[in-house]
Amino acid sequence: MFGLGIIRGLSITLRHFVMTYVDDIRKGKRRYHTPEGIAYRSNTEVTGMFTIQYPEEKLPVPEEFRYIPFLVYETSEDGMRKIRCTSCGICAKVCPPQCIWIVRTTDPDTGKPIPTPAEYYIDIDLCMSCGLCAEYCPFDAIKMDHDYEIASFDRMKHHVYNLEKLAKPLEYYASIRPVNYKAEEDARAAKAAAKQASQAA
Amino acid sequence: MSNSTRVEIPDELQGQVAITTLDRIYNWSRRNSMWPLMSGLACCAIEMICTAASRYDFSRFGMEVMRPSPRQADFMLISGTVTKKMVPQLVRLYNQMAEPKYVVAMGACASGGGPFKEGYSVVPGIDKFLPVDVYIPGCPPTPQALLNGLIKLQEKIDGQTIKKDAHWYRKEPTLPIPVPILGPDLIDLRNLPEIKAAATAEIIDTESGLREGSHE
Amino acid sequence: MSDASVITQTQIYEEIFPDWFTPESRSGYEGFIIPAERIQEAAQFLRDDKRYDFLISVTAVDYYPEDCLEVVYHFKRSTGGAPLTLKCILSRESSEIQSLVAVYPGAELQEREVWDLLGVKFTGHPDLRRILTWEGFGGHPLRKDWKEAFYEEEFKPFKSRWPDGKFSRAEDHNPLQDNLNFPQGFDPDKWVADGEQTLYKSMTRVSKLNEDGIESDQIIVNLGPQHPSTHGVFRMAAVLDGETVVDLKPVMGYLHRNHEKIGERNTYLQNMPFTDRLDYICSMSNNFAYALTVEKLLNVKPPERAEYIRVIMAELTRINNHLIAIGFLLNDLGAFFTPVLYALEERELIIDMFEAASGSRMMCNYFRFGGVVRDLPEGMLDHLKKFLTRLPRKVDELDHYLSGSEIVRIRTEGIGILPPLQAIANSASGPLLRASGIPYDLRRADPYSIYDRFDFDVCVRYHGDIYDRFLLRLDEIRQSIRILKQAVRDIPEGPIMTGKPQYQVRVPAGEAYGRVESPKGELGFYVVSNGKANPVRYHVRAPTFINLTSLADMCKGNKIADVVTILGSIDIVLGEVDR
Repeated sequence: MFGLGIIRGLSITLRHFVMTYVDDIRKGKRRYHTPEGIAYRSNTEVTGMFTIQYPEEKLPVPEEFRYIPFLVYETSEDGMRKIRCTSCGICAKVCPPQCIWIVRTTDPDTGKPIPTPAEYYIDIDLCMSCGLCAEYCPFDAIKMDHDYEIASFDRMKHHVYNLEKLAKPLEYYASIRPVNYKAEEDARAAKAAAKQASQAA
Repeated sequence: MSNSTRVEIPDELQGQVAITTLDRIYNWSRRNSMWPLMSGLACCAIEMICTAASRYDFSRFGMEVMRPSPRQADFMLISGTVTKKMVPQLVRLYNQMAEPKYVVAMGACASGGGPFKEGYSVVPGIDKFLPVDVYIPGCPPTPQALLNGLIKLQEKIDGQTIKKDAHWYRKEPTLPIPVPILGPDLIDLRNLPEIKAAATAEIIDTESGLREGSHE
Repeated sequence: MSDASVITQTQIYEEIFPDWFTPESRSGYEGFIIPAERIQEAAQFLRDDKRYDFLISVTAVDYYPEDCLEVVYHFKRSTGGAPLTLKCILSRESSEIQSLVAVYPGAELQEREVWDLLGVKFTGHPDLRRILTWEGFGGHPLRKDWKEAFYEEEFKPFKSRWPDGKFSRAEDHNPLQDNLNFPQGFDPDKWVADGEQTLYKSMTRVSKLNEDGIESDQIIVNLGPQHPSTHGVFRMAAVLDGETVVDLKPVMGYLHRNHEKIGERNTYLQNMPFTDRLDYICSMSNNFAYALTVEKLLNVKPPERAEYIRVIMAELTRINNHLIAIGFLLNDLGAFFTPVLYALEERELIIDMFEAASGSRMMCNYFRFGGVVRDLPEGMLDHLKKFLTRLPRKVDELDHYLSGSEIVRIRTEGIGILPPLQAIANSASGPLLRASGIPYDLRRADPYSIYDRFDFDVCVRYHGDIYDRFLLRLDEIRQSIRILKQAVRDIPEGPIMTGKPQYQVRVPAGEAYGRVESPKGELGFYVVSNGKANPVRYHVRAPTFINLTSLADMCKGNKIADVVTILGSIDIVLGEVDR
């Protein structure tokens, strides 16, 4: 019969429509604004309403998520910030759109380079969030941030990140990428142990 | 939100309700029915579609009516790389939009050229031509980042007052932005003298051999 | 089923070619060099006598400062096997060569591109206009001595970034504070813009007398570049007789982002994230093709696990792409947004996996030369298994409510037909070719990676209309699910990278053409290396760009309302068409 296909199609959309309410009733309040609710709405079994109610609730980003790079600093016991970057320049060399600018510190007396950046800029209007800088950094000093809520009204003022804006504490890094952080720390500890063992031998 | 208590009430609004309340109602109604212009440019357009789709659903902000016609749109979402070949069309679209109109630059390319900035046929940021209200960094901005930017736009609208910002109620018309022409390179009609100067200066410079890396 | 016997390059050499086919002698290069004036003869010979009925790509390489401009042709057989390379050497000054459009109509858009970007004049081309830039553009940008406005240095990494990288914007170095560059002595007042006159002149319009003695004109209607159904910034100029399309010309370049020019400045690794932005829906497939090409030059092979991960990602990408293609095709038909919403829901679940593995929803940048960046995150395979039980259900649902719908069938059956021989002649590939009855799928015709291990069918349909292309995409989703199930079952443990990850790869001199069956067709990369850190030539054989050659053929005789649907059924992505 002509029109049967359309009716069948409409019945499927109707079922989808009804299912949103059925699932809402079945799951009740737990479905929204709770971590389990968000997890449920992004798993493979989800039926019914699919929407994440940003900004009231946010879809958590996975560990590997990358947005804009940041520089990791460690805070020593006396409260001093020690930036991990040694200004070796690998990030600036590997960056595909060349959005990283680094000025290396030189010792005013000897003129020799000191392993810390004097200036460090990232133009986030150029950055393509590819993550190559973080991938190839041998010192785990530059990492990709999870913070995506950075819209602004003026790009000339706010879109060139300098050292101050880029630097974020190690604890922050450990909190957004716990698995990577742990793997790196383990590798470092193993390396140190190996070194000690070889020195002892 | 405008909370200024000492507002000079313009002539045409004398005898109206208190202007802060008016502002509030005016902005509340405006910001909750912002209709975007349906114009996808590049990669970011896919994320824009995802934002319109069921998971992020920007109809929650009153933005679901994507208008293909600029006459019915309230803001223009520059979703992707703006090339020199495309920019005349975009300027024309912007000119055709009715006031009040806004421009949101989505992603690195629309804001400042992005990874393709060095390319010969890419406009380094749509703000060379159109006044941009909100810039959203990212390549591409995820749907949540885009929503964050759109909320920023709503904030901006909230901060506007009829008295200061609503230039669209003034008598004199807003002049359209001149549509650029495609020449040997993109000709921005507002910069004709500079273009002339640069083109002639180049001769002198190359003749005296002063200019490094002379352009072909 | 396609011919499974794989013909290797050496076998080709064994076949007897005429003596004016000089085998390539440079190490790392392959194929034949022939005298430029005999290219048409050679093409005819290859097509008619040697069964190379399919012209894959036409491009050129500028060997500046040598006075050598090499036009490179790739041919293949529609029965399968390795491609064949032909080259003609021209001088940079008088770069003229016969056009191949008469032999292979699929060369049309590609020759225009080579003319536009490299300034090779194809004599006998029916419509040699600029294609990616505009009429009147100054110079041919892919020539090595052509420099753009924001030119900084010849090669990346730029020296101005480190160790004394004082930040400055590129605008500050240009006298115009903009990405603009005018020829010497250019006077804007005297400039007369072309204003599409060349385009309109190339389209013939006739006036004719009707039976009742009324003279009727044909008119030109422009669709796009700002049009809700052109899938981006694509434009079509159609000559209409009433509502019927008489002639149609695709107009592109509105998203020309200088991919190849930037690619020749980048290092090999730096190109990887740029490939994401070609076909931005299928970034994994682009990565795959580029990685394969450079691996060919490097002569490395990824470890087992990496191969499986690659296949999983590529097949997920195919599902992802076809879901979008089907959804938007229905959008174009007027089923506004419901099918897209359902399709995008599944897509979100797929790109959640991409995001977990690679870090980005769309721009995955996941492949490296000799492997992948990182292993799959924990629990991903279980998640994928669960997803593979959900997806078939959803695909069946899609099939149920769309394939049987009378509106869909009336609007798509018998519309936009592309006959099989025409499809081959036009160098069509991917679903467009297979829906026309040619069972050509690179995964079978010239297997790459580990596709020879999987059990799957090459989908084919025979009517060549929009409906068949729609059904074929549904079929391909089902076959991809089959491959995925096998891959998830068989994936071994082990390393995911051959050798150490390094940011500066040493690529030996030579050329390589690597190709994969991307969801949209044959995606190829042609890379020429001279042993230095940056490629000499980096060319992308974009499937949808070449598939657009068939657009006019499919539209002629149909109504203007169907043009939108026909375009939707090709499934173009402008990032790839314009590059």
